Amino acid sequence: MTLHVEAVSKQFLGVLALDRVDLVLRPGRVHALVGENGAGKSTLIKVMTGVHRPDRGRITYRGEVVGFGAPRDAQAVGISTIYQELNLVAAMSVARNLFLGREPLNRLRLIDFAAMHREAQAVLSRYGVAVDVRRPLGEFSTGVQQMVAIARAVSTRARVVIMDEPTSSLEPREVDRLAQVIDLLRADEVAVLFVTHKLDEVFRLGQDVTVLRDGRRVFSGEVADTDRLRLVATMLGRPVDDVSAHGLTSFGDGGGAGPGDDGVAVLRADDLSRRGALSHVSVDVRPGEVVGLAGLLGSGRSETVRALFGAEPVDSGTILVGGEPTGRRWSPARAIAGGVGLVSEDRKVEGIVGDLSVRDNLVLAALPRLARGGFVSRRRCDALVDTFVRRLRIKMTGPDQPVRELSGGNQQKVLLARMLCLNPKVLLLDEPTRGIDVGAKAEIQALIDELAGAGLGVVLISSELEELVEGATRVFVLRDGAVVGSLGGDAISEHRIMTTIAAAAREEAASD
Amino acid sequence: MTETASREGLPTPTRPAAPPGSGLFRRVRNHGVSLAIGVLLLFNLLFTPNFATVGNLRLQLVQVVPIAIVALGMALVVATEGIDLSVGSVMAVAAAIIPLYLGYGPWLAVAVGLVAGAVVGALNGSLVAFCGVQPIIATLGVLVAGRAAALVLADGRLVEIFDPTLQTLGNGSVLGVPVTLVILAVLATLVVVTVRWSVVGRRLVAIGGNRAAARLAGLPVRRTLLTVYVLSGVLAALAGVLNTARLGASDPSFVGLLIELSAITAVVVGGTPLSGGRIRVIGTLLGALLMQLIAATVIQHDLPDSLARMIQAGIIVVAVYVQRDRGGA
Repeated sequence: MTLHVEAVSKQFLGVLALDRVDLVLRPGRVHALVGENGAGKSTLIKVMTGVHRPDRGRITYRGEVVGFGAPRDAQAVGISTIYQELNLVAAMSVARNLFLGREPLNRLRLIDFAAMHREAQAVLSRYGVAVDVRRPLGEFSTGVQQMVAIARAVSTRARVVIMDEPTSSLEPREVDRLAQVIDLLRADEVAVLFVTHKLDEVFRLGQDVTVLRDGRRVFSGEVADTDRLRLVATMLGRPVDDVSAHGLTSFGDGGGAGPGDDGVAVLRADDLSRRGALSHVSVDVRPGEVVGLAGLLGSGRSETVRALFGAEPVDSGTILVGGEPTGRRWSPARAIAGGVGLVSEDRKVEGIVGDLSVRDNLVLAALPRLARGGFVSRRRCDALVDTFVRRLRIKMTGPDQPVRELSGGNQQKVLLARMLCLNPKVLLLDEPTRGIDVGAKAEIQALIDELAGAGLGVVLISSELEELVEGATRVFVLRDGAVVGSLGGDAISEHRIMTTIAAAAREEAASD
Repeated sequence: MTETASREGLPTPTRPAAPPGSGLFRRVRNHGVSLAIGVLLLFNLLFTPNFATVGNLRLQLVQVVPIAIVALGMALVVATEGIDLSVGSVMAVAAAIIPLYLGYGPWLAVAVGLVAGAVVGALNGSLVAFCGVQPIIATLGVLVAGRAAALVLADGRLVEIFDPTLQTLGNGSVLGVPVTLVILAVLATLVVVTVRWSVVGRRLVAIGGNRAAARLAGLPVRRTLLTVYVLSGVLAALAGVLNTARLGASDPSFVGLLIELSAITAVVVGGTPLSGGRIRVIGTLLGALLMQLIAATVIQHDLPDSLARMIQAGIIVVAVYVQRDRGGA
């Protein structure tokens, strides 16, 4: 074995990011590392490459126990990493990027450009890249840039190559080329660690696979012996058989009042596409309905609701609110004016304004409605805040408390209140219960039920299948930016959702 | 590791307990301006002849007005995580316009000067909000272009102005209080009310605090940014007008030169972080007063004027350093 990670643990601010994780990389084999958000994939890579030091456990490289102090130590002994964000200089030529820090020199100790360009061309042609290496790297596609990053990593005589989601920005044709490069690496007896969340890539490129969940290794084995359904189930942390008892969530039976069959969709997307993110996505939600979006990380669930909300553009397709097509300049401001609300999955980055008070955060979107002549009415503002603090049972010392001091669950309630106080017709909820305590989670689940019961349309994204099974009236299953199945009524079960995800992957793999 | 468990019962390997004296440090950080003003006042009372006279104190307050007015606008911009380097040039443009339009009456000349400030502010705001140019670069360009435009307008010359209305505006008093000081008080009150209770005021602070969140909450981010830069431009133009009125001369080569440094320092020292999301109006006024006191102390002790600039530059670096870990947790 080339690299052996043994029982490595790593803690950040009291949170266990890695809990006794084992991983073995063997020469000439590709090891796929999969797991949902926050599973610990990035931390594991950082521990292996010297960015972080492990708290416990040890790492053995080519038979010797190693302790890298910095990324360059790992690089020096032959462990190369290609990060998601490419560490290249767009304004420099392709050749200079390739040879950055180790340029061939002539007798005057200056860069020997002729030799560098010749070698660069030779190296890249091996990877099937035929470009003018004297042109700035930034002029070329992400795929070419990715190849340059890989070529650079590999040409430093790497024995281990770690690729962190290398395909996330690649076109299918470029993925094919990457597969060929990986074959070349395997032929050179290089050990490859390949982080991905796409199932078909695991089966197409990997020989070994490890699944992380909540910082633990929950599965490891040879790809050839692995069942797709089982892999999906372990990633989502669910048993393969749908044996789970009902009542795990605070959703009532079926969730929501259920739509009338003749109900007009309060929000509807037809054939939404955006290059590299969404392809022909059609979803709809009627009043009183909770529509679930299921899928693995990166399947296009968030992109779908963000497009519906006008937060991200689409290349084609139409969005209809209450049956009326929206204009081309669809934006969050217009969506809110039209009765659509969104609670984003990333509370901290695009939800709360941490320094502002609970009151200011809660009324942020409602300011014009609380104002007369451009000035906010203190009385109406306080009345609104009071109503929602009571209704959602937001725990705080007072409305003047900075929102960043609240617990995650209470912050989430403030964000829900920010949208609810606008009296929306549809609410788009992206992972509304992730990372919050059990009590707040139950309250939010019950609230979603209650809102749907009162006639609100809800689109619910959740990585926890039991939330979708117990909370949603219909579920759309997404994969790689496309809707690959829709389930309704009694057909909604964890097993059906997981088989739909796995089946879609299988069809795709078969058609390759 | 478990023996160092904090009160949440979690080990805290990267957050050492508060070092001794951090309470004092925090107090200095939060009340540094008042403290510094107090120290400078005390120093001057003891060592500067004729400092504690009514005439001198009045002069100090009158001289602080342009910096304070510019700093009010700057505070609004900084609260949105922006910066406006063009304020000094806007003052010069407004000053250059006054003699050109004085023939149509002093009020029209003043109005044209303020409109010019709004136009330059709108240019800044458009570059930042719609073209996505970084505030520091956009306003740096306007800083250079604005001063050049002012010199072209005035033909590069100092023009003396004899106008009774402007004379009163610049040097008159109401019930013994200088007119310019009254104007500053009114403006400061307006800005306080704006940031606390107006829709645009609440929005600009939220945009500075978290732009992505503001956008997803449906806030008109671009329009708000544009408004803020226009306000800064108008306030700077007003400072230019008042300066011209007080001196009885339009001097586009020197009016407002390097005032951006004083204004930014006043804002930051007053407790508005450069990272935005918070605004301290009274703190900004105190910061402006501190800048004035530094300049006065240096001048009255016959030290070179440039020393005041060096001290101001040092203060802004220290203030930003001290602020670096305030903000979010």
